[in-house]
Amino acid sequence: MRRTFLTSMALSMGLAAGVAQAQEKSLTLCWAAWDPANALTELSRDFTARTGIAMNFEFVPWTSFADRFLNELNSRGKLCDLMIGDSQWLGLAAENGHYVKLNDFFEKEGIDINDFLPATVYNYSTWPKGSPNYWALPAMGDALAWVYRKDWFARPELREAFRKEYGRELAPPRTWDELMEVAKFFTGREIDGKVRYGVAIYTERGSEGITMGVTSALYPWGFRYQDPEQPYRMEGFVNSPEAVEALEAYKALYECCTPPGHSDAYMVANLDAYKSGQVAMQMNWFAFFPGILKDEQVGEVSGFFVNPRQNEEASVLGGQGISVVSYSDKKDLALQYIKWFAQPEVQQKWWALGGYSAHRAVLEAPDFPESAPFAGDFLEAMSNVRDFWQEPEYAELLQAMQRRIHDYVVADKGTAKEALDKLIQDWTEIFEDAGKL
Amino acid sequence: MAWLFVAPTLFLLLAINIFPLLWNIYLSFTNYKANAPNRPLRWLGLRNYERLLSNEDIWASMQVTARFVFWSILLQVVLGFALAWLLNRRFRGHGFWTTVIVVPMMLSPAVVGVFWTYLFQPQAGIFNYIVNFFYDFGDFTMIGDPDLAMWAIVLVDTWMWTPFVMLICLAGLRAIPEYLYEAAEVDGASSWRQFWTITVPLVLPFLMLAVLFRGIENFKMFDMVVELTSGGPGSATELASIYLKREAFEKWRTGFSAALAVVLFVTVFGVANIYVKLLNRVKER
Amino acid sequence: MSALDQARSIVEPTPFSRRLAAVVILVYALVSSIPLAWIVATSFKTPSDAIAYPPKLVFTPSLEGYVNLFTARTRQTPEYLASLPPPETWYEELVRKRNMVITGPSRFAGRYANSLIIGFGSTFFAVFLGTLAAYAFSRFRIPLKEDLLFFILSTRMFPPIAVAIPVYLMYRQLGLTDTQLGMIILYTAVNLSLSVWLLKGFIDEIPKEYEEAAMVDGYSRLQAFRKVVLPQAAAGIAATAIFCLIFAWNEYAFALLLTSGLAQTAPPFIPNIIGEGGLDWPAVAAGTTLFLLPVMIFTIILRRHLLRGITFGALRR
Repeated sequence: MRRTFLTSMALSMGLAAGVAQAQEKSLTLCWAAWDPANALTELSRDFTARTGIAMNFEFVPWTSFADRFLNELNSRGKLCDLMIGDSQWLGLAAENGHYVKLNDFFEKEGIDINDFLPATVYNYSTWPKGSPNYWALPAMGDALAWVYRKDWFARPELREAFRKEYGRELAPPRTWDELMEVAKFFTGREIDGKVRYGVAIYTERGSEGITMGVTSALYPWGFRYQDPEQPYRMEGFVNSPEAVEALEAYKALYECCTPPGHSDAYMVANLDAYKSGQVAMQMNWFAFFPGILKDEQVGEVSGFFVNPRQNEEASVLGGQGISVVSYSDKKDLALQYIKWFAQPEVQQKWWALGGYSAHRAVLEAPDFPESAPFAGDFLEAMSNVRDFWQEPEYAELLQAMQRRIHDYVVADKGTAKEALDKLIQDWTEIFEDAGKL
Repeated sequence: MAWLFVAPTLFLLLAINIFPLLWNIYLSFTNYKANAPNRPLRWLGLRNYERLLSNEDIWASMQVTARFVFWSILLQVVLGFALAWLLNRRFRGHGFWTTVIVVPMMLSPAVVGVFWTYLFQPQAGIFNYIVNFFYDFGDFTMIGDPDLAMWAIVLVDTWMWTPFVMLICLAGLRAIPEYLYEAAEVDGASSWRQFWTITVPLVLPFLMLAVLFRGIENFKMFDMVVELTSGGPGSATELASIYLKREAFEKWRTGFSAALAVVLFVTVFGVANIYVKLLNRVKER
Repeated sequence: MSALDQARSIVEPTPFSRRLAAVVILVYALVSSIPLAWIVATSFKTPSDAIAYPPKLVFTPSLEGYVNLFTARTRQTPEYLASLPPPETWYEELVRKRNMVITGPSRFAGRYANSLIIGFGSTFFAVFLGTLAAYAFSRFRIPLKEDLLFFILSTRMFPPIAVAIPVYLMYRQLGLTDTQLGMIILYTAVNLSLSVWLLKGFIDEIPKEYEEAAMVDGYSRLQAFRKVVLPQAAAGIAATAIFCLIFAWNEYAFALLLTSGLAQTAPPFIPNIIGEGGLDWPAVAAGTTLFLLPVMIFTIILRRHLLRGITFGALRR
């Protein structure tokens, strides 16, 4: 017994040594596990080839992304040298010194932040918002949009049936009302011998899913987080009649038109539902669209549309900036990576590989809108994106919203007005604790 | 000499359990936030505790916890006892089947939670398929439905831990001296009567011990449920531990969650102590 | 003797009730094995078979789940794939069929190795310290012995999340977050209560007279402990070690909160195995199977000591 125990100890120690023995010059980049991360891995080969610095990647699924990496930052971990973190983390990261401020570096290296799309600089780089203090370089532009089954929308018998029922042509919806109709139309319909459903929308509880989903209804209805005159005054804004209507619409859509068991779905679950042919439309980030086009089953038959309007045009902002973690021992190497990444040629290749560059040389090129079927939609969406609170208290604010919205939409508790009223209470308490109210 | 042997253990427990516990109690009186260490620390007195006791969400999560503990233990006691009683017939191969039955309780609860999400999938999952095979309920979703989600976690917990109660009951049954039954037989007592006057009272202390262990464990329950439902839908299965984790490590309200942790300590400790007294009284009888 | 046999037969179950019991137990054992059997079967399915509706009971086995578990892959265009040299290994070939190429190993092996290192490391210390303490509690007169023992046990009652709050802050100060050392220390502390209680029971069973005889023969206390008690307690120590190992192996809450990329163990990692687009169920099932396998084997080895282990030595058999 003792001998076998010792042998296994020795064995595991050997493994430990193997893990610890890493390459001499290397960097670890932390991001989410999704399609663009694969593109970035691909892109980074050039960096390693040019500098001899090996790249390691730590990619975490979105559902545990914020949880894991905010924990990593808060515990001052040394795992990540570079972090591609969410836009809403900036306040927290800047105020607690998790990220290195990049102003001096930009100046020294001649990186002009104005080469990047202003909306992305505002959202992914600056804290306090809009001030010339840069904590990240815009790495990945993104917004929420929709994918639909072009082939089903084109079928004559379906078009006929739709015309009969709604008195208009079956087409990608331009308003949330139309979206609802199209979703209803497809739900329960048999196509090629299988029952299909209308939409896959976000309903995830654990991280940020349902908030991202529901805000893509709230924003077009005219939802505002606070009184523009009086910051942090939310009464009458967060629970405005438009907000209530939007929330009710989202719940109605969930109840009528999503596939069975779609109660805890984020990006991956929506992709699954769509790719397996369960649904006619799905909401998802632009980031996935290049992958969808390449897909064996649905690549050829997929079309895309911008988040529908209702009272106004608005899309939910996604996307991230790339930052240097201040606890890293290799900050100089990490800065080298950012310098390399900011070059227009690299940015061009980034877009070609399936990443969404925020560089104006890429986005403002005359042939950009034709470079992919969704490129035009992307520009349109990015021109009126809105984001969640970016306050340092973002995580608390988000968790409160996740709970209240999920309780109402999925668990069917209370009314929309009550959910939003409670949300105001939660948020007020958070701002009071932070000394802002 | 004795202290030399005991000291390292006590030292480690003091460092990893008691010191943090005291620190935790201290934090519970402050507004500390672990994600904003630079913020000035304020002494709040009992404010966190006041807030906590008037918070409906905590109350709701306590109710959810109580419901989960009650139903899972009830099912496990009934099933576990029945299985032990049957296994005590000592048919051929009972040892082998005991081992087969026991396997689930040795597994990692988190991993069990993950794979049950797969088994519970409304269309591709085997669970709905089997249920609908016997009676067609149509489409239903165990973890997506606010009313069924509680039963989903109770079911998985029961699947995992019934063997635990079974093993303890089996030990109890085997500890009953044969002569009691022999005497009852001589007195002409029916087997039904023997069951209620001999088997049940003598196994009761064992059963209560099993309930104690399961009660503490399920009150602390986190891993399996987080992976299975992550507290959802809404907050239908948000157990106290899950609520605490969200407050402490997602919202980073360290002071407030430290206060909640203290309340949970006191609850487990208090209830367990009262229960042990009760158990001892039953044993003495 | 024969009279006794006859007396027994009165309370012996009848053959019929035995057979009935056997049938019910058999049915329960089979039903409760379905989930595990299904997971193991899923690990040999292809991703599309794994999400087929209705569930597929009969399928062509594939090792794709295991390949996906251990590799990282990217999707490529058919033109690019055609330009590559033919695959060298069977697993590359399998991946190519899905229009993908292997870009390197996945993180699973590393997480599994962390589980092994942290599991064995903490088990070693918990059993080592536990044996010393248990021996002292069993043989010496220690003031407040009962209270100390109860204190040791009570550390196990705390909800892990509640303990994690201050431990998190402490580890952050000491730089122990996301280190194997930090996790070994933590799991050692958590396992000590189990190992002290179990080992005290085992050592209590060894008659004191053995050591006393040895000491009369000129052994010192330490020598007697090493040469007499330890060999006698070897089986108990082994059983205790396996219990500690299983706990450390299965632990999730601390690992989730206190580790990230460097020292993360398998349990918080397995739910994060995702394939392209969706959760890669065959790979998750493969990871689960490989992760649960050692525990199943240990359960069989331990079956005589199970009861003792799960009740902290309160019940012995």
